[in-house]
Amino acid sequence: MHELLVGTKKGLFVLRGDAPQNFSVATRAFDGQVVEFAVRDPGTGRTFASVTNGFFGPRLMWTDDVASEWHAAEGPTFPEGTDLAVERIWVVVPGETDGLLYAGVDPAALFVSRDGGESWSLNEALWAERIEGDWQPGFGGLALHSICPWPGDPQRLAIGVSAAGVWLTEDGGGSWHPGFAGLVPEYLPEEAREGTNQLCVHNMRRAPDRAERLFMQFHGSVYRSDDAGETWNDVAASLPSGFGFPLAIDPDDPDSAFVIPLTGSEDRVTPGGTVRVYGTRDGGASWNAHGDGLPVHDAWLTILRQAFGTSGAGEDLGLWFGATSGEVFGSVDAGATWSTVAPRLAPVTSVRASA
Amino acid sequence: MPIVYLRAPLRDLAGGNRQIAVDGATVGEVLRCLERDWPKTTGWILDERGRIRRHVNVFLNSETVREDTTVGPHDRLHVLPSISGGG
Repeated sequence: MHELLVGTKKGLFVLRGDAPQNFSVATRAFDGQVVEFAVRDPGTGRTFASVTNGFFGPRLMWTDDVASEWHAAEGPTFPEGTDLAVERIWVVVPGETDGLLYAGVDPAALFVSRDGGESWSLNEALWAERIEGDWQPGFGGLALHSICPWPGDPQRLAIGVSAAGVWLTEDGGGSWHPGFAGLVPEYLPEEAREGTNQLCVHNMRRAPDRAERLFMQFHGSVYRSDDAGETWNDVAASLPSGFGFPLAIDPDDPDSAFVIPLTGSEDRVTPGGTVRVYGTRDGGASWNAHGDGLPVHDAWLTILRQAFGTSGAGEDLGLWFGATSGEVFGSVDAGATWSTVAPRLAPVTSVRASA
Repeated sequence: MPIVYLRAPLRDLAGGNRQIAVDGATVGEVLRCLERDWPKTTGWILDERGRIRRHVNVFLNSETVREDTTVGPHDRLHVLPSISGGG
């Protein structure tokens, strides 16, 4: 049985099915509210949902049973003296020790929980970097949306910020340094690129079996790092477009990455009205289009940053994504064939497999 | 005169020109002269109050600037959509 947590502009939908073409809505929660992101901590089974109420702001909710009661976490909220309020909770990621979780928010900040997500505190060292560097927002705000723990080592972490680049810590968040080398912000005049921190990371994932390798969907290209995020190489040459938001990997294959290209910054829809997922198995040297079962005519979809999740690995890798059209698509054979999992939900903001 | 550099879609509104010499002593004056010379650009960079739109970035050489920044005759103005992480 597969289970998906699908965040939408109109609530959280829990979908279940034994095959991609055989899903149904098992539970809906937070009716009418924007669910920015939802994920289950595989270590504890606890589910988290980032919920933004149009009137009453953002809050992080958690439950140990998605069909039962949800509880509001204590935070993430900024401490007194920062003169800011959390606008949106972009992502929640389980850490490498029991009870450790990370949350990324807008305005860009990292919060840490050590009690299974029930309470949160600001990472002050990264916040100091934000102030010192005068980080600037993109169109969607100043978002810390990607958090990549290092398997087995809670001291090491990489985070991605739109639009303030990659930041790395090797001492559990006590200090941070940038991982900017090789990133080319083509959206800036050439003379303004040198030394800028206006680096619009759209998504970033780490290969768990080769932790020094990361893939990144950038604003206009796709990059790979083989040195833990210190330097980056462009690997988008054979993609139809370097622009897009989501990115996924096969946990069993450090040479793998999957992206869903959009036409470009000025036209954020699937190119030519055809929906294709592009996958690489050679570190980005080549990309193959996967589309058997996906819409190929008049399908002008937008797939948002967090709306692409995976389950399993290897030949049985599950790939699941949703669009702002309200459709959710899935594959359980690493992208070879696809089915429509849900045809008519609300605009999809996030997709994560929970079983 | 200062040179204004444009990218799509603004370039298409200015006759396909990537760079245009436009008169003016401040950023605001240059952009209003651009609108005068290329009327289809009107309202795209400056709003109805004459302010640079929130999601437009104007670089004077390599620095982002506002409407009242002084412009010299040999300066370059780049007009770009702001970087957008809206996905």
